Amino acid sequence: MTGLEMDDLLRGYGREQKDLTKILHRIQGEYGFISSQAIRRVAEHLNTTENEVYGVLTFYKAFRLRPRGKHLITVCQGTSCHVRGGAWVFDEMKKVLGVEPGETTPDRMFSLETVNCLGCCAIGPTVVVDGTYHSQVSVKDVHSIIAECRKRK
Amino acid sequence: MLTHPSQLAAWKARILDERPVPKKTVVVSNGTCGRASGSLGIIEALDRELDRRGLRETVRLEVTGCHGFCELEPNIVILPEGIYYGRLKPEDVPPVIEKTILKGAVVDSLVYADPKTGRKYALQNEIPFYRKQMRLLTEDNLRIDPNRIEDYVLVDGYQALTKALFDMTAEEVIREVDTAGLRGRGGAGFPTGKKWQFCRNEVADRRYIICNADEGNPGTYMDRSILAANPHSVIEGMIIGAYAIGAVEGYIYVRMEAPQAVHQITIARDQARKYGLLGKSILGSEFHFDIQIVEGAGAFVCGEETSLMSSIEGRRAVSRQRPPFPAQSGLWGYPTNINNVETWANVPLIIKRGAEWYSQIGTAKSKGTKIFSLVGKIRHGGQVEVPMGIKLREIIYDIGGGIKDGKKFKAVQTGGPAGGFLPAEFLDLAVDYDNLVQAGSTMGSGGMIVLDETTCMVDVARHYMHFTQEESCGKCVPCRVGTRQMHDILVRITRGEGEEEDLARLEELGDSIRVASLCGLGQSAPNTVLSTLRHFREEYIEHIKQRKCAARVCGGLVPLPTQESPQPDRKAKKR
Repeated sequence: MTGLEMDDLLRGYGREQKDLTKILHRIQGEYGFISSQAIRRVAEHLNTTENEVYGVLTFYKAFRLRPRGKHLITVCQGTSCHVRGGAWVFDEMKKVLGVEPGETTPDRMFSLETVNCLGCCAIGPTVVVDGTYHSQVSVKDVHSIIAECRKRK
Repeated sequence: MLTHPSQLAAWKARILDERPVPKKTVVVSNGTCGRASGSLGIIEALDRELDRRGLRETVRLEVTGCHGFCELEPNIVILPEGIYYGRLKPEDVPPVIEKTILKGAVVDSLVYADPKTGRKYALQNEIPFYRKQMRLLTEDNLRIDPNRIEDYVLVDGYQALTKALFDMTAEEVIREVDTAGLRGRGGAGFPTGKKWQFCRNEVADRRYIICNADEGNPGTYMDRSILAANPHSVIEGMIIGAYAIGAVEGYIYVRMEAPQAVHQITIARDQARKYGLLGKSILGSEFHFDIQIVEGAGAFVCGEETSLMSSIEGRRAVSRQRPPFPAQSGLWGYPTNINNVETWANVPLIIKRGAEWYSQIGTAKSKGTKIFSLVGKIRHGGQVEVPMGIKLREIIYDIGGGIKDGKKFKAVQTGGPAGGFLPAEFLDLAVDYDNLVQAGSTMGSGGMIVLDETTCMVDVARHYMHFTQEESCGKCVPCRVGTRQMHDILVRITRGEGEEEDLARLEELGDSIRVASLCGLGQSAPNTVLSTLRHFREEYIEHIKQRKCAARVCGGLVPLPTQESPQPDRKAKKR
């Protein structure tokens, strides 16, 4: 992230507190995470403190302070998925990847995240891989999902 | 750009005139479930096949939002007959074109068969899942491509707005909504007309309205489906509400976990602006109103109104004490009225068809229909819209087809993390706001999660408590610390390390958290645990005394499953 790009990005946004989450969404969309440098620039832009920006972004689940891996795997933790076997799918995913939710594998291939409900409860358990929804996922499917990602590189 | 109310009817006539009348229409349900199940492949196959056979002139392909029958996605409906084919694969498309489109015959192998009786139903409205529903808010989903405002105009969209703006005063609109008996669909069930009146009564130089689309209850997804399938119904409801309340600006706060809803409502808002339905002098009147869309950032507490407003203001979404209520001091200190998506979507219906008609649907104190997300261990999961007062049994057995895989019904969870569980003896309960509360649960926003004998109630209570303690905003101690304590006790019990005194501890903690928490999240957080303790106490005792989990869910209490195939009989079944 160069200073110029960040200036360009921020120019499109207002300078009020209400613009903060919109800006953070955009930065994360652009760079994949929100760096400490970005926090400083946003604070300057909104004429507020870095502490304020940091406080807001860590409150919400959406924002990451570290870059994520090549593939993002999101496992739904909603109640419907849970009672349909989602808990086992989640455990298997953690075991196979060797990471906890919010973490990235050491080879930077996979980041594992959870979500509270994706809204396709009737066809759960649901796992989203890089934006693609997988429905009725079983414990066995976990392995094929990961293998498929590795193949895609 | 419409600058006079009469132009709406003219526009509708023009759309009808310009649109070719197809011999057949193939409607593809393309909501979140549809896409996850492969609807995009079906659309591709249909496109290819229609082009190949040169049928573009006579067959119309309509891509819409969700039709509700999520379990059988991807599905199509062929109009005008209303022939329904579910669980389609791309290779099914050529025979559908060949037989049904060209020859008018039904492809027998694709017809829905009732798994209980084996009886086949070719037409959508004959299928038991649809037959017992009353689809007032969702019936148009079949005719609306959410990318096209024209489709909404064709189903008489924005006519209620015209009526409200030009034939009714603001007070008359409020009176109509009040007389209709509409109550808040977000969960609390507060009378909508009264809420609007409170906000209107406040003396202020500006007022706001908000559409709460931060549908956070796990297992609940009707709001995002409305936004993605029929977004203009919400926008129209909001404009009418803003006129009644005297608001200049509205906000739709959508959760980011519903990307399709964010996408569709943004397109709809932009189209409404383009045609002069939002902005200055709406339809040539003296009324100005515009809508901003705010995407959430993943915090359940934002469903609580004071937190939601903090979030719109760009701050940490912590709740604050009420009073003052949002109607007195809301967004940036101005009077603000917050309603849920489904509530807003009911408004055009009430204005268009009248309070008298509306108030005939439902029970004495709960009017209209309610959309439920019927999910969990149900045979036919999906979104169902039913009149208030319908029995639980009718929803679960007649519409939902009963329990999956021949298992036994154990309970139904309603109201999400703030609600409770209803065991079998409540199956004949008539579903409305007050009956559900009396039975120890709540309507909530309409989640209905069916549980069977393979569900451990202690584990589900732990699941909910894990959720609420993670989602607590952390401002008040009872919620922040109390839910954590309850969660830890539940974890101990599910691991087989529980003590008999734990049950009393849970109840005591639950009571304190309920009374002492700052907002609705904390006040209702213990409900799921207290409800399971009330109805399924023996399961807790079994876990504690006999170190046994009859449902074989709690890992520490049952023999460990084998390596390659954990709990083979309990896995989600593949098609």
